[in-house]
Amino acid sequence: MIEPTALYTITGGLLILIGFAAIMLKRNLIKIMLGFVLVEAGVHIMIICFGYIPGRTAPIVDSPNLLTDAAAMTAAPTQFVDPVVQAIVLTAIVIAVGVTALMLAYVVRLYGTHKSLDVGRYVSLKW
Amino acid sequence: MRQILTPIVLVLLAVVLWRTVPMTAPEEISAIGRHFVEHGVAENRGANIVTSVIVNYRGLDTLGEVSVLFLSVAGAGFILRRRTGLTLETPTPASELVETGARLLFGPIVLFGAYIFAHGHLTPGGGFQGGAVVASAVLLLLLAERDRALAHNALGWIESLSGFLYVLVGLIGLALAGSFLSNKGILPLGAWNSLFSAGLIPVIYMLVGLKVGSELAALIDTMMHSGEPAATETEEARP
Repeated sequence: MIEPTALYTITGGLLILIGFAAIMLKRNLIKIMLGFVLVEAGVHIMIICFGYIPGRTAPIVDSPNLLTDAAAMTAAPTQFVDPVVQAIVLTAIVIAVGVTALMLAYVVRLYGTHKSLDVGRYVSLKW
Repeated sequence: MRQILTPIVLVLLAVVLWRTVPMTAPEEISAIGRHFVEHGVAENRGANIVTSVIVNYRGLDTLGEVSVLFLSVAGAGFILRRRTGLTLETPTPASELVETGARLLFGPIVLFGAYIFAHGHLTPGGGFQGGAVVASAVLLLLLAERDRALAHNALGWIESLSGFLYVLVGLIGLALAGSFLSNKGILPLGAWNSLFSAGLIPVIYMLVGLKVGSELAALIDTMMHSGEPAATETEEARP
């Protein structure tokens, strides 16, 4: 029986590796961009795993005890997963969307200038 | 060369990941997460602690994140503004059913997005998610009617105004409570788990939702209309 955290972390790591393989091996600009998207997805899964503890719920409070009851306040950190990593991943997802949009815009622009998606055709920066 | 180097790099990367990333769940949540979980409800009165972290504790970070999104969308718009050299074939007009269905669904989807970002402090969701839903309604409308033009000026105004108000709310916190984007004593915290609660958090998240929604809608419009003749006027005006 494999531990869930190990399973999710390995999935994230595999996504990162597949993404880097696509970035390095593929010649189509859109496939290279999709490689970046895969890396981003893998990193997000990994970061979420840092704060994930099996059996705990998402940090959304479902009873008002935390306002008044001191015992509930000390018990709260044992029922919820870490909210910080979730907030960080939300930030990262939004920025990944922006970066992906920018990459796509460059791809459209490059295709317009050279009429080709093959990265090997763009030799002006080659040395 | 590439076929040899790629496996080496990938194997090295796999080793690095294997050696550095912990594979077991942590025993306890981090100290700072512990503080947020213990005191988040008492300090902010929001049921969703992740939202409290994003909008209040790390509010400045979220302001930076919104700026990054704005910059990337502005960059994409700048890149695609001039003639891209693409000549798109005239798209086949969508059928009556698709057009009417899209128009019918547009309102409810925008309303759903607004619901998501207005309830960000109570349920999973918030400004970014709600903004993405609003933008998806615009995408549906533009897919159904390819020649529909969005009011770019209005989108720009919504975006700038919500960004400006976000900073203004932060400055009000600085003036009244002594720290930027503070949530202490500016608006009443309200009752736990009600729509008008959590002080400034829903206000800020609604501004974020409006900003993200209008930004993404403008981005979708720019991408769909790049390479069309209307976008080429600036190119010809250049020397």
